[in-house]
Amino acid sequence: MAEFSITINGKNLSVDVDPTTPLLWVLRDHLKLVGTKYGCGIAQCGACTVHFNGTAVRSCQLPISAAADNKITTIEGLSENGDHPVQKAWLEHDVPQCGYCQAGQIMSASALLERNPNPSDKDIENAMSGNICRCGTYTRIKAAIKTASDSQIA
Amino acid sequence: MTKVKTSLGRRSFIKSVSLAGGGLIIGFNWLACKGPAEEGSEELAMQMPDEWFELNGYLKIGDNGIVTIYSPNPEIGQNVKTSMPMIVAEELDVDWNNVVVEQAPLNTEIFTRQLAGGSQSIRQGWQSLRTAGATARQMLLTAAANQWEVPVSELSVENGVIKHQGTDKTIGYGEIAKAAVNVEIPEEVELKNIDNFKIIGTSRKNVDAKKIVTGQPLFGIDTYKEGMLIAMIVQPPAFGMEFKTMDAEKAKGMPGIKDVFTIDTYPEDMEKEWSDVAAFSKLVVVVGESTWQVMQAKKEVKVEWDLSPELTKQIEILEKSAGMDGVSGLESTSIHASLMADVGSKKSEIVRRDGNPEKAFKNAARVIERSYTCPFLSHNCMEPMNFFADVSGDKAELLGPIQTPEYAELSVNKRLGFDLENIDIQMTRMGGGFGRRLYGHFLVEAAVISQKMGTPIKLVYSREDDMTNGVYRPAYHVTYRAALDGNNKLTAFHVNAGGIPESPLFANRFPAGAIDNYLAESWSMESNISTGAFRAPRSNFIAGAEQSFLDELSEEMDQDPIQFRLDLLDRAASNPVGEENDYDAARYAGVLKLARDKSGWDNTTGLSRGVAAYYCHNSYVAQILDLSVKNNQPLVDKVTCAVDCGIVVNPDAAKNMVEGGTIDGIGHALYSEMTFKDGVPQQSNFDTYRLIRHKEAPKTIDVYFIENGIDPTGLGEPPFPPIQGALANALYKATGKRFYDQPFISHMQDDLKT
Repeated sequence: MAEFSITINGKNLSVDVDPTTPLLWVLRDHLKLVGTKYGCGIAQCGACTVHFNGTAVRSCQLPISAAADNKITTIEGLSENGDHPVQKAWLEHDVPQCGYCQAGQIMSASALLERNPNPSDKDIENAMSGNICRCGTYTRIKAAIKTASDSQIA
Repeated sequence: MTKVKTSLGRRSFIKSVSLAGGGLIIGFNWLACKGPAEEGSEELAMQMPDEWFELNGYLKIGDNGIVTIYSPNPEIGQNVKTSMPMIVAEELDVDWNNVVVEQAPLNTEIFTRQLAGGSQSIRQGWQSLRTAGATARQMLLTAAANQWEVPVSELSVENGVIKHQGTDKTIGYGEIAKAAVNVEIPEEVELKNIDNFKIIGTSRKNVDAKKIVTGQPLFGIDTYKEGMLIAMIVQPPAFGMEFKTMDAEKAKGMPGIKDVFTIDTYPEDMEKEWSDVAAFSKLVVVVGESTWQVMQAKKEVKVEWDLSPELTKQIEILEKSAGMDGVSGLESTSIHASLMADVGSKKSEIVRRDGNPEKAFKNAARVIERSYTCPFLSHNCMEPMNFFADVSGDKAELLGPIQTPEYAELSVNKRLGFDLENIDIQMTRMGGGFGRRLYGHFLVEAAVISQKMGTPIKLVYSREDDMTNGVYRPAYHVTYRAALDGNNKLTAFHVNAGGIPESPLFANRFPAGAIDNYLAESWSMESNISTGAFRAPRSNFIAGAEQSFLDELSEEMDQDPIQFRLDLLDRAASNPVGEENDYDAARYAGVLKLARDKSGWDNTTGLSRGVAAYYCHNSYVAQILDLSVKNNQPLVDKVTCAVDCGIVVNPDAAKNMVEGGTIDGIGHALYSEMTFKDGVPQQSNFDTYRLIRHKEAPKTIDVYFIENGIDPTGLGEPPFPPIQGALANALYKATGKRFYDQPFISHMQDDLKT
């Protein structure tokens, strides 16, 4: 066990855990930030996606020892009132079915738009193909990303 | 308006339960509801009231007019938590913006069929949900009439405000609810004419959407309670094996680990429910403070496994009867394939026979015969199996994702010996179901573990545990034969279907009833591998196979594939063969025609497109799929879906369901399989088990609904089966090659394999 300090959603926090503990489980088990989901544990499904210094990463593969002293944003901190353009677009298109993968989808989508505010269909497909949606909401996810892109540009 | 009895008495339909607060709960038989919206809904325009009046078991009205509607059934992503309360709200006549939806707990005293399965929620709940709303509405009206001393017939309601025609006096539901509680439950209520619907048939957003997109705790796996420990399991590495001994000393000494022990979830003398399907009863359990610690400790438990003697028997018999060498209880996909191809059809039983098919085949000028197969599939709900349990003394509190809470309660009752009233099951929103969470062994395991530990625990399956301890979609095999005479006319049709461990045959579905000489046969084989319902059970294979065969047949007969089907349906409608045909030929033809028109089928040039249509779960779906193949990768450009599920309660959400079912069907037919070698699942996570991804999804999916005012039927499953046939038929157009064996990607050119 070791003490780590970490900035999550703008708050400086410290946790005392095994250094190999993935950020995912620090978030869920220790900080009770459960919006970040466990899906596969091997970076294949994208359900655990968070922003690491602004970049989308799979938190199941990021040990706390490597995450410490960096800036992490989770779905809970993406916006103050759930009104990030991507979240609003998700509501407008009523994207979710079961909803389990959607936090990860939103974190991947918001990171995409951060670096590429006007993505092509191809850009969206490439950026979003690491996030599995078992319910098959992909066409709505794409439409929502385009809406969010339009709202940001406008 | 339709008058309905509030229940053939009210004994079977409404149960009155006195509330501590002096209110009245009426328990309606919401036969198959699935879920409500929650407090904090963005659409909630008003503040929470000071006082609630529980007008009946499914709704309570606040003194300010806010209405809470409870949804008794589990929500697995089919969106019933929104659509079922919409139906109540419609008949209650309230403003949807003033409705809050809450998930009801398991309560068999008030609710019946608290189950998510068979696409039955809306269909079976329709009348009861409407009656629930209408009954409360009538009680409110009666209370207002009493207060004003006027006849009820002079009152009208709009958006929760009652108005007296003569005096223009008005009163809100919130103001009269207290008096309405004491009104006698009416024997008979009037339901709205469907032309007067204001909520049903309009698109309403998912009531949980805001919570979902902001990451609020909604799912079972999000449960964290004071003093709760994390439990995980170590299970046999292969189907057909069982626990022998273990050395857990090292694991027990690891940081955060509280205990390592074995459980026997289903002792041999326990009376099981149908939902108690589990391949492995004896499991090693590791309990600790945090998930990561338990995951690490799991790796350090040294377990010896044995061949399970009782499980080996069946397959020995099978293999001997097959004349195959080698006897083992450890099954392999290669053995399954040869057993299904060579042995299965020899032990068939006739399920339906019309005319004289044998003679027709004997006299045929040509016989076309094709066989189709599919592999086992894992459900792969994105939220792995999990459940919270707090068992102490003679009480059990259970919370988590379960499609069959009623049956799970009985299982816990039998396993722990607790009285039903001491078993409390709370349902969480589910991160997918697809049939997997019908089988609640994980709930029973959690209860047994909590009892043994004497603490609250949350049992969590790793992805690998989830995928390799499945209740899989069975493997199926079907052979179709068609007899053609010298004029290239279809004279007989033969289907021989089977699988491990069940047959996918529906003998009375199309094209039964459309062909004079018809033979349907069925067979099955036992297996060690646990199987169960998977989205659209049996239909999920046989629809695609049948629709591929009909496509090939129409080509052999030189007919347009849609017209060929329509001609058969015309025969089934005008002069049906036999009396037990399970479908309505006119509605079947209706979706085909709608898809044909909307897709511009008759003007198709240069497109690789395939069509399929199917009837299951009381609904009709036709799909036309356009694709191209580049570098041996199919790219689906567009799918046109035509659906007849009667009245569509929540159109945009229904469209979402059809889109999702279409993508899911394409994905599984193209990419997914669960294979076995010596009993060991060969796929254990998403690096080896392929699910369809964003870039592989259709670019466009157009969905059209038939408008016919017929009472609504299922939608969660029907879009899934036919698309597999449309896909195979389009692939043929693109490649010149027929695809008979799923997953199709394995049969694209070898150098094109991914």
